[in-house]
Amino acid sequence: MPVTPVLTSRWKIPGIWSLETYERHDGYRSVRTALNTSPDDLIKMVKDSGLRGRGGAGFPTGMKWSFIPQGDGKPHYLVINADEGEPGTCKDAPLMMTDPHSLIEGIIVASYAVRANRAFVYLRGELIHAARRLRNATAEAYRAGYLGKDILGSGFDLDLVIHSGAGAYICGEETALLDSLEGRRGQPRLRPPFPATHGLYNSPTVVNNVETIASVPFIVNHGVEWFRSLGTEKSPGPKIYSLSGHVTRPGQYEAPMGTTLRELLDMAGGMRGGRQLKAWTPGGSSTPMLTADHLDVPLDFDSVMAAGSLLGTAALMIMDDTVDIVPVVRRLTQFYAHESCGKCTPCREGTTWLLQILTRMEHGQGDPSDVNTLTDACDNIFGRAFCALADGAVSPIVSGIKHFPEEFAAASTPRPATAAPGGASGNGVAKSSTNALAGAH
Amino acid sequence: MTVSPEARYGPASPEAGSGPFTEEIRAAAREIVARYPVGRERSALLPMLHLVQSAQGCVTTEGVDFCARELGLTAAEVSAVATFYTMYKRHPVGDWLVSVCTNLSCRLLGGDEVYDRLSKKLGVGHDQTTADGSITLEHAECLAACDYAPVMTVNYEFYDGVDPGAAEEIVDALGRGERPTPTRGGPLCTFAEISRQLAGFEDPRPEGIAGTGFLEPSVAGLTVAEQAGWDGGVAGAQAAGGPAGPAPVGDVLPDTTPADGARSGASPAAGAPTSTPAGPAASATPAGPAASPTKGA
Repeated sequence: MPVTPVLTSRWKIPGIWSLETYERHDGYRSVRTALNTSPDDLIKMVKDSGLRGRGGAGFPTGMKWSFIPQGDGKPHYLVINADEGEPGTCKDAPLMMTDPHSLIEGIIVASYAVRANRAFVYLRGELIHAARRLRNATAEAYRAGYLGKDILGSGFDLDLVIHSGAGAYICGEETALLDSLEGRRGQPRLRPPFPATHGLYNSPTVVNNVETIASVPFIVNHGVEWFRSLGTEKSPGPKIYSLSGHVTRPGQYEAPMGTTLRELLDMAGGMRGGRQLKAWTPGGSSTPMLTADHLDVPLDFDSVMAAGSLLGTAALMIMDDTVDIVPVVRRLTQFYAHESCGKCTPCREGTTWLLQILTRMEHGQGDPSDVNTLTDACDNIFGRAFCALADGAVSPIVSGIKHFPEEFAAASTPRPATAAPGGASGNGVAKSSTNALAGAH
Repeated sequence: MTVSPEARYGPASPEAGSGPFTEEIRAAAREIVARYPVGRERSALLPMLHLVQSAQGCVTTEGVDFCARELGLTAAEVSAVATFYTMYKRHPVGDWLVSVCTNLSCRLLGGDEVYDRLSKKLGVGHDQTTADGSITLEHAECLAACDYAPVMTVNYEFYDGVDPGAAEEIVDALGRGERPTPTRGGPLCTFAEISRQLAGFEDPRPEGIAGTGFLEPSVAGLTVAEQAGWDGGVAGAQAAGGPAGPAPVGDVLPDTTPADGARSGASPAAGAPTSTPAGPAASATPAGPAASPTKGA
């Protein structure tokens, strides 16, 4: 299956981040079309396209938009989730850094469709160059009349604010994001009520991922049929697959939904140094790891779920056979322990205990009961918190034990204290740093 | 019962123009508040905390009080927020905040070794600042640049595909008062200056916005498509100059990028001796190689 650049198609064009260049490459065409279409027809178009949310959950975008109550007299908001922080995920940052107007174009169309007159981009704080480019693009769009009052004479008003966060993975969870945007600690809210009726400032709000919204102008310009010609029946369209780790040419590969890892690896020059694939995540660190047995699983929402994992953000972190799994799992657990917001006890306390157990296992001080303890603790964390961070936190552990039981069993047997693997810090993931690099040639 | 903000917290702006929060900073704070709907001023808190960091290098008690007064909140409400987020610092950050990603994709390719080398070199650990107060080191969680691993940032500008040697060159250059050119992002500016941008103010330097936005990994799939003659059926959006695109200017990688140089580039640590500062596209980056120090501007 080929790569099909759509969202990524303009990224090499010199100066595409400026309005003048962007307009010369089909830029803002969908805004003119949309403003001459009824909002309901736009929602129907996005529904018919089958576009599903690219932020991880895969919820149908058109359906999400249709949940916004109309004629309720309340202000409506569109909030873009640009808080990219899931380990392995690196698709929205390059989009915003190279082609910022494409996101703004999508924001205008989406806001018009859901009748929102204010939109916010909640941008991960660390992505300062994306902030620069987005703010510049926003200012250009205001000057050109694509934002502000009476856009292109349509009578539609829209204000857009680029809001930098301050470093908290949890703010990628949509209700935590809304709390953060309201100037609070980023902690998830109980649902229902959902943001569609009680979102930002307790008003109807659509929260969509960057890639999702950037897809919308292409649907408006090229039609539902074109969009559905790519991808699968239930997961149509192109998807940006992000390959990282032990692959020859890491990077962004935009291909039809349902492309397999085998096909993606072919395009990316294969495994580094021709080594064997050992483990990989299909959609970031929160999605259960898969193995070489899953090279031919179509990477769409439903097929990956059927294979026991989740498509997530299509962030493929690829590990070869030099990697020990227990240290990998320990490192990811460290991330979740750090990023747990502390609201729910099972997640806050659980991730901390999981980290302690995994750390001692990694350092040769495991106990024969450790695997059972881990499994039991994961079982008591999964599904017992307000948000999906807790579920994601147990994914590496549960899938690691499932696919690599012998490594966990070995780590449950105490070893001499000198056996700690890794580099100078004693907590490296590879069997040794030398090994990890040896595969590079 | 309604108590006015003045009654609860004192007058809105006592000691105007005094201390670290000058009248100029107060004006900036009011500008931030104006971005949000009337009655929703609290939304200004995160950017305002970045603003107070631009004045003091961290969030101090004074900074908390400043935000509280400007927004009609209690100091406790502001502190609860300030302590939640990683980017708000409790101790003054040096001019240069050096963040090394040690999460999985970077770690697989040597991110730990980069961090360890810098920690040893600078003689500081996580979230600590060198004795001269110039450099603060931290290990960072995933920086959304996994395809450029291992990555580090200085004041959030990217240095991609670093190895321990290249990382050391970068901090050496900082130590000499130079500003090594990032591989992606704008030319370096100080933590105070970047904090102001985080507060939502435009980068005053034209060269800031012009800084390179991508190198080969971001367009790896696009390159494959060009070579194979594939497209996604959105011809209007693509480069006018045909599959290979027009001549590179500004924010673009020349197609002549030596594939090997650029791609082992994902991990120069793999192919290059550690003493060679090699960015992922050292020869192709318009802005110059990762660790090629240019005199501070």
